[in-house]
Amino acid sequence: MVASVRRQAPGNVAQAVSSNRREFLRLAGAASLSAGLVGFSSFAPKAVPRGQKAVVVTFGGGARDGETFAPDGQRNIPCLIKELIPQGTFFTQVVNRGILGHYVATASLATGVYETFNNFASVTPKHPTVFEYFRKALHRPPTDAWVVAPSNGFNQIGQSDHRLYGAGLGAGVILPKHLLAAALSGANTDYKHLLHDNYETPLYTPDLGSNEFQLQQVEEILRLSVSDFTTHARNLSSPDELSVYIARQLMRELAPSLLWITLHDIDVAHSGSYSLYIEGIRRSDRLCAEIWNAIRSNPEYAGKTTMFILPDFGRDSDTDSGGNGFQHHRTGDPLSRTVWMLVLGPRVRQGTTIDRAVESIDLAPTLGSLLGFGTPLVEGKPLPEVV
Amino acid sequence: MRPSELKAEDFDQYPLQAKKLAVTNIDLLRRVPLGLLPVLLREIITYDWKFPVERNNLEGQLRYLNSLSPDQLEWKLSAFRRFAPLSELEKLNWVKQPDQFVQSFTALLWSTRQMDSFRAAAETFTRELSTAVPAPLPALSRLGIVVIGQGAADTGEPLFRNLRPHGVHFTQVNPRDGLAMLGDVVAERARTHPLAYGHWYIDGGKNMAGKWDGVACVSYAALEPVRDTLLNKMQKAIRSGNMGPEELRTKLVQMRPEDLTFGGAGTDAVLNWFQVNVLTEGSGTQIFSTTFAQWSAREALRRAEPVTLLLRFAPRQRQQPMNELLSGVHSAAEVDPAGSLIDADMGAYYTWLNQQRLSGADESSFLVWFEEHREAIAIGPSMPRGTESSVRADLKQILAWIG
Repeated sequence: MVASVRRQAPGNVAQAVSSNRREFLRLAGAASLSAGLVGFSSFAPKAVPRGQKAVVVTFGGGARDGETFAPDGQRNIPCLIKELIPQGTFFTQVVNRGILGHYVATASLATGVYETFNNFASVTPKHPTVFEYFRKALHRPPTDAWVVAPSNGFNQIGQSDHRLYGAGLGAGVILPKHLLAAALSGANTDYKHLLHDNYETPLYTPDLGSNEFQLQQVEEILRLSVSDFTTHARNLSSPDELSVYIARQLMRELAPSLLWITLHDIDVAHSGSYSLYIEGIRRSDRLCAEIWNAIRSNPEYAGKTTMFILPDFGRDSDTDSGGNGFQHHRTGDPLSRTVWMLVLGPRVRQGTTIDRAVESIDLAPTLGSLLGFGTPLVEGKPLPEVV
Repeated sequence: MRPSELKAEDFDQYPLQAKKLAVTNIDLLRRVPLGLLPVLLREIITYDWKFPVERNNLEGQLRYLNSLSPDQLEWKLSAFRRFAPLSELEKLNWVKQPDQFVQSFTALLWSTRQMDSFRAAAETFTRELSTAVPAPLPALSRLGIVVIGQGAADTGEPLFRNLRPHGVHFTQVNPRDGLAMLGDVVAERARTHPLAYGHWYIDGGKNMAGKWDGVACVSYAALEPVRDTLLNKMQKAIRSGNMGPEELRTKLVQMRPEDLTFGGAGTDAVLNWFQVNVLTEGSGTQIFSTTFAQWSAREALRRAEPVTLLLRFAPRQRQQPMNELLSGVHSAAEVDPAGSLIDADMGAYYTWLNQQRLSGADESSFLVWFEEHREAIAIGPSMPRGTESSVRADLKQILAWIG
């Protein structure tokens, strides 16, 4: 099993990543099923230093290999290829066996269990989230776990309705676009377009109600005046940039130990515009590097933070007649179920590629092992390569 | 209700020809498991608005299933009995509203993690049907022509990346009268080989040809009033506050041409339905002309299986970045030729893939031209794969070479 972990010079990593993923995808489902989920006995668990933090970045709306790790796609992810992957451990096969809808899939990442609720329903996850495990086990205050997410249903992702966890133990959730909408309410601005974040159903915008609560978040949590917030927002070109701005503000003001950021610009692919999809990939690539640089330059985070980057799932392949290529993720084919994950941090091996198949629900127990709390109800398994 | 309980009067609300088809095949339908039957009924209920090829395919499949012995039929369908829906789904009116049933059933398959096995069963069933009822070869070798990049400058970015391995990349095309030459080829094929819905012209902008005898014409510009009506209805439904994304989708797929002030006496009802389906079932087709063009071509190829397709992309509206939206700058009329070129380049590739899924693929030809520029790619039996040619030629000449 150790043979599947290879340390490589940074220059070779991109090529290795590309060929590994290509090879896997060529073999499609067979490879993902046959690759053994064998334990990593060579990596003994390490003691968790005090003050460890974790930042999780997910892409709601996966990017396919053809537009990323394949030779033609690498120009779209220069930051990942040249800067980030050489610094971290890269899992080439992360399989999502659950429902391929963004809210339910992200909730599954957070609970470590494949949630089965209606993706479009405004409901809490059924199983405890990683935020609840974290806060309950380590007696952490509400300010120590935050989620920054797009606004289509994600307002309930912070905590479950599980009887042993739930109420009062979850993460705070910030929906940047709703903050912005609240801040701009009354202004003569056509901000409604920004809320069209459910790209599968154009024009649909959920109503989350109270502007007062949103504005309170701006002033009391982010410690920004509404005026400063809107001024800054006017200089940003996309909702994901706003999310990263909010995340950085949270890091500055509250320095949460567990911060979860869900990017969503890529999902514009549902509109069928390939060029906008590519723009979304390039922006997400750049924003991942910005987040990592923010971690390294913030004394509260530098040297003690592990960052996880992964798409929630992929998108349909060009050759599956049931889909329409990059536009959707409806077929459940291997390309739409298989993504990757990059882990960066002081205790994470650099320039390392892991070829064995892991599952997206392994993230939550891995966070638990890393930060030192139990995740008793998860279905996934901690990834020994990074804990 | 269970399939075995089906009665002829259950189909009373089906359109005339659909009802006749259902009643004629009622003995067969009674034996199809509920995990598959609504999918079949979804096809039958739209029979009156289907293209001739679709009707033939559906009738051929029903004939084949009817020809099987009870044991053979049960063996073919047994995989679908494993997906017995929950009792609450059985209560849905799957005869009158098969589409809604399929939506709910799909959600059930995802939530119970049966989607992958259903997909495998469906693929096996479809493959066996295709083998048993093979699609006939086209009366004329298929020709697909895609025109991309209207109004776009040459950015130096390589075009046709996905298609180059399959044909000849021409770099010195004479663009003069290119559109007219392509139009002439389409008109000539329609004249010499008249086929109902066998020749298509789809434009992401304005129709450049007016009415074309024997050619099914669809254009984004001509549908502007319909799109406006549709968008108004969607916004009204959303503002009502009673409708989530799934309900909105259900409402959309239930729309008929008359709901969108579409059609009327003397118009082509089948083509009207096709266009309504493109706008109500295709994500993004209401907003971006490039998506409309690509999806229309996909659906035309999948459903009508044309022997000739001319697809011309036009610039889509520009997606405003957030800072522009917040500054209150309204530029709805502004277009994005550069982005549209990228969209159309990918759209051309998808159109080729969809053409290759049809019968006679080995003899099919395909041409993509960067409008008013010197680049084109030609794919066909006589075109050497993965090659480049700097020979000077116009589009008429290249089409003659393709054969």
